[in-house]
Amino acid sequence: METFLMYIKVFIIGGLLCVLAEILIIKTKLTSARILVIFLIVGVILEAIGVFKYLKEFAGAGFTVPIIGFGSSLAKGAIEAVNKEGFLGMFSGGIFKTAAGLGAVTVFSYLSALIFSPKSK
Amino acid sequence: MDMPTGDQFKQQNKVRNKKYTDYVELVSPKQTTWKSLLNAFWIGGVICLLGQVLFDLAKILFSLSDDIAQTIALIALIFITALLTGIGVFDKIAYYGGGGSFLPITGFANAISSAAIEFKSEGIIFGLSSKFYTIAGPVIVNGILSSFIVGLIYYIIGLF
Amino acid sequence: MRLFDFGVEIDLNLTKGVKTLKRTKNKNSKKIGKQTFVFQNEPKIFSSYSIVSQKEKDGPFSEYFYDVLSDTKFDEKTFEKAESKMFVYTLHNAIKKAGIKPNEIDILFSGDLLDQIISSSYCARLFDISYMGIYGACSTMVEGLIFSAICIDGGFGEVGACVTGSHYATAERQFRGPLELGAQKQKYSQHTATAAAAVIVGLVSQGIKITKACIGKVEDYGVTDSANMGAAMAPAAMSTLVQFFIDTNTKADDYDLIVTGDLGKLGSDLLRILMDEKGYHLGQNYMDCGASIYHHDQYTSEGGSGCGCAAAVLDAFILRKMEQGQYKKVIFIATGALLSTIIVQQGESIPCVAHLVLLEK
Repeated sequence: METFLMYIKVFIIGGLLCVLAEILIIKTKLTSARILVIFLIVGVILEAIGVFKYLKEFAGAGFTVPIIGFGSSLAKGAIEAVNKEGFLGMFSGGIFKTAAGLGAVTVFSYLSALIFSPKSK
Repeated sequence: MDMPTGDQFKQQNKVRNKKYTDYVELVSPKQTTWKSLLNAFWIGGVICLLGQVLFDLAKILFSLSDDIAQTIALIALIFITALLTGIGVFDKIAYYGGGGSFLPITGFANAISSAAIEFKSEGIIFGLSSKFYTIAGPVIVNGILSSFIVGLIYYIIGLF
Repeated sequence: MRLFDFGVEIDLNLTKGVKTLKRTKNKNSKKIGKQTFVFQNEPKIFSSYSIVSQKEKDGPFSEYFYDVLSDTKFDEKTFEKAESKMFVYTLHNAIKKAGIKPNEIDILFSGDLLDQIISSSYCARLFDISYMGIYGACSTMVEGLIFSAICIDGGFGEVGACVTGSHYATAERQFRGPLELGAQKQKYSQHTATAAAAVIVGLVSQGIKITKACIGKVEDYGVTDSANMGAAMAPAAMSTLVQFFIDTNTKADDYDLIVTGDLGKLGSDLLRILMDEKGYHLGQNYMDCGASIYHHDQYTSEGGSGCGCAAAVLDAFILRKMEQGQYKKVIFIATGALLSTIIVQQGESIPCVAHLVLLEK
């Protein structure tokens, strides 16, 4: 039952965030790259002020799958690394925490590019 | 000098251009708002839900910690996106989903894999590799920069 | 005035010492009014050929398009090479249809949408013909026709050829993003047609006459959205069309058909409004190639665009209908948005141009 409730929350929160992005696309004519950067920085700020972990507890993947989650991981990594390693941490932390994701994106995209070709519509 | 300049041209036609562009703005067809919002909602919701299911599966099946399970779930989503982009399905989902497919990590993965596939024709090094992050670049650059700033702030706070 | 502070005074007022030259009249002027040319020797279009992709074939002009690409890569490795091959294919077939040899053609005008008009140049290297590359974005076909007609009418040759085309995949990469990128298109965007066409013009006894031409001015009404090309191009079409009506002292009803290149649905509606404001009403005899090349349910928003769109419709529909005698006097006016993604990102608006030819049976 608890899992089911969680799934509903994930669906609704994730959906609402995407609706927000869609509203930005329609109303402001911002390009998609700009919108991604805006949401990313929102994620960084939410993590920096310590709100994100409560949001994550509340709706799990509803917050971590959108690009906000990527931003929060970056900030979280930097904070953890600064606390552990000090000065160097602020350079390495963000990348270290998101390295698995970036690595996966690079490898899978590369493989996909080697296998597939673009199709004209 | 009495040479015509671009600024002069814009100044002279300011009123006409404003009138015309305002009118164009008025008559240009808009995205059918309610329908596209609904599509963004359910497609975005489904992608996040899939992320949660993968997260739970990783956590229960391999008894992993939250952080690692979350990363595994994201990697799985990235894999699915790269595959769907390659077979030419993702852009059809995005046609309906809009914000629903590009705000989640799937949009980020699609931006990279579509660029990689597109520029393959110029070769592995100068095409595929150098154009890899043409579209997703802003996200990575700004992400790393802002994480540095957060780190810097925490470092300074930590000094006192 | 001082250009750099080198202590030397530089006179930049170049007109100071120049005498105003006395102008003499050309004894056989072929220009009427401000922008309109009259071709007294009546160069004629006597052969043309086009090829389109399956998407265009599925559209409303289905019964008119006679040659269809088997696949969008045309058996080549890349889309750019395919585009160039389409040029070669149409030009080769047009020459064959005309019943002449390639070296009988005096000059070839060709252009496309890609940087450094590569498709045209790579097409031209295969033919033994003098070549001039032109760029007029989607107005290239008419630009080529006008240049050919000028050359022939002026006595600089007897046969001219123009070839142009566009490919969705190459244009998408040039102006937008990767093909597989999942980005929602604006509802007012246009779909670049995958099509190419070649036209042979010459001094022959039979064919469609090019009797008049009107070279347009660049118009910029401040539209900055590169997706909204129809709105950007409509003023250019209006400017050329109005000037042509003034120069020739005619009105829209004097012609059987007025065809614009690729304004799309929104752009052609805007053109009607702009023309009404100038006191010229476009009635039932007005059509737009871009707005009518695709069906509504083909996900192309406002319709087609690209050099190939107007060129293929000209060959497959307009010229054929004129040969059959359904239309006698047709104004063909192609518009081009001369945009580059670089300067649009720097915040500039889109300059547009429209050229016009009057075709007569």
